[in-house]
Amino acid sequence: MIKLTETVLNGLALGSVYALIALGFVVIFKASGVMNFAHGSLLLFGGYVTARLHDAIGFIPAVLVGAALAAALAGLVQLLATRGLRGAEIHTLTILTIGVDVLLSTELNRQVGADYLTMGDPWGADVTRLGSITVADARIASIAVAIIVIGAFFAAFRWSRWGLSMRSAAADPEAAALMGIRLDRVRLIAWCVAGALAALAAVFLAAFPAPGLDRTTSQIALSAFPAAILGGMDSAVGALIGSLVIGLTAAMAAGYQNELSVLGAGFSDVAPYLVMVLVLLVRPTGLFGSKELTRV
Amino acid sequence: MSDTRDTTGSPDTTDTVDTTGTVDTVAAPAPAPADSPPVQARWSGRRAPRGRRAATLTAGVVLLLALPFYVTSFWLQTGLFAMAAVIGAIGLNLLSGTTGQLSLGHAFFLAVGAYGYVWLAAEPSGTGAGSLYGLGLPPVLAFVLAIVLAGAAGGLFSPISGRLRGMYLGIATLALVFLGHHMMLNAPHVTGGFNGRSVPPLDIFGFSFTDTSPDGLAVLGVPFGGLERLWYVGLALVAVAWLAARNILRGRPGRALGAVRDSEVAAAVMGVHLTRYRASAFIVSSMYAGAAGALLALVFKRVVPDHFGLLLSIDYLAMIVIGGLGSVGGAACGAVFVALIPHLLTKYADDLPLLTAPGTTGSGVSPGDAARYLYGTAIVLVLIFAPGGLAGLAHRRPRRKGDGSPRTRRFPLRTRTAPKEHTP
Repeated sequence: MIKLTETVLNGLALGSVYALIALGFVVIFKASGVMNFAHGSLLLFGGYVTARLHDAIGFIPAVLVGAALAAALAGLVQLLATRGLRGAEIHTLTILTIGVDVLLSTELNRQVGADYLTMGDPWGADVTRLGSITVADARIASIAVAIIVIGAFFAAFRWSRWGLSMRSAAADPEAAALMGIRLDRVRLIAWCVAGALAALAAVFLAAFPAPGLDRTTSQIALSAFPAAILGGMDSAVGALIGSLVIGLTAAMAAGYQNELSVLGAGFSDVAPYLVMVLVLLVRPTGLFGSKELTRV
Repeated sequence: MSDTRDTTGSPDTTDTVDTTGTVDTVAAPAPAPADSPPVQARWSGRRAPRGRRAATLTAGVVLLLALPFYVTSFWLQTGLFAMAAVIGAIGLNLLSGTTGQLSLGHAFFLAVGAYGYVWLAAEPSGTGAGSLYGLGLPPVLAFVLAIVLAGAAGGLFSPISGRLRGMYLGIATLALVFLGHHMMLNAPHVTGGFNGRSVPPLDIFGFSFTDTSPDGLAVLGVPFGGLERLWYVGLALVAVAWLAARNILRGRPGRALGAVRDSEVAAAVMGVHLTRYRASAFIVSSMYAGAAGALLALVFKRVVPDHFGLLLSIDYLAMIVIGGLGSVGGAACGAVFVALIPHLLTKYADDLPLLTAPGTTGSGVSPGDAARYLYGTAIVLVLIFAPGGLAGLAHRRPRRKGDGSPRTRRFPLRTRTAPKEHTP
């Protein structure tokens, strides 16, 4: 029972980090219809900036600078991608983000090297004991921060002007443009928001019990793909639920790996993908994705 | 009147249109009359005259056939890698370029081909935990069966590949790469686990494609070792793959696949069974990948799971994008480009500025990184400035004065928002 509770808490923490990443995917997808494969690199970039700066300017400012720079980089990618390719096919844009990812990740891997970079977070390796349950402080913090940030995001999405234009642009770009919504600006902001969320996620991905930020961190970010797809690419709520499902799955598979040894070592790394494929077999557009209707 | 239809299912409405036995003519566009110009006629105005094309082709083939007599084994090996890449890229191009289905799972099918060949051809060896299974089939049969096996793996995936579209399919195929890698690591009796497994050499009726048996084989005074012999196997495979793809594309299936890419609704109305065609494209493409993987295994002489990761899939996407989506020749050129660059940069690392040879310490960029910079840049530049890729550049019509038509693209890119109908 203790183990189960701990595993579930771990899963929720992991899910909250995935949610930050998956929301980024969904926002970008809703705004410009692109699956952003450069997201892992954006995340690594944000984390790298934080890791390099935290000694000089302190943890919180370093995180803010990291998020800001990652947002700027994401905006740059968007400018390059969608403005340079006005009217091109969506697939082309997606492959373009793969090209950008190849460039960014190669450069970042060279910069990060084989080291583990510490994030200088205030939680360190501290743990909190609640009765007989032990949880790392970093995980509690990740859940708390994710709730605050995601809550703010949904509030903005629901009540701010940007949220309104964003939703209308996603619903019908043509009509939105005719109503005076600047699609380019909406898209740009969407990418920036996604970049900032990714940078924030990097901080928690690198925090305890992970050894630190290294070149594989962007690979971990790939696990948020199943989260976004599972929930349905165009649903923010779906991304949240998908992230929790994926986080819990990964944590369960890791926590009970002895019981699951039949499925092979390292099963927890691929369990999210397995769950995603199973869900897609039943629902081809994810749990909450809108079914594609075609008017003939 | 508009009618809202869910195209995620299988739209076989056309099959029920007519029950008087003329279903076939309804269900498919009538075949073109025999004397109508071939599909390529559209571009014939821009093509070199037939005679010159034939001459270029002959010269190219003769050059490729003669290469083993002149170049060193490094070039032969690199060339063989490029050939495997060409076969795989042609296959992926059928799927992603022609049918418009994004696939990131190509590496998985390459792995199925490579390990399939090894498993089918190898004799069982070892005992206990370190034992390796194998069927010990004749290598040629194993090679063919490996391709079939890859096709079967693609077929097993058809419940997904036939129904999912767009990004959903892309990420679902991404899952294949990770799940496949996991399986490879955890089936040590078949794959040899993390350290991989050595590949039994190809041999046809006692003629072995290695340095021995027959020993000291020499043609026209040039010693013919394993690489020289494999070279011709590779060439034959590339030729078969190329011709098969061209025939698929120029025939009825090719047009159906193109129609699926351009408009699923229109294709369905014309009688193209969407689910079936999408799944078939996936299967054919996996068979190409299987052939590429088996050839790769023969050249590498050892297969390791880590080779067949996500990076390999991205390599293949890069090949078809750089070459030009939808064009067989373009895919081949892109494959040669992407496959050659790392080898060339590694070989000439000492002579090139800014590069550091692997294993040495220096501030320069390692050849592997440099290759990735190069082809990452190539993807971005090609997509922005030459969306048709290398093939598009080759076929571009010289712009004439007063020609108001937009730049010709070999395949018109779809507009971002489909024209839609507003119901009042």
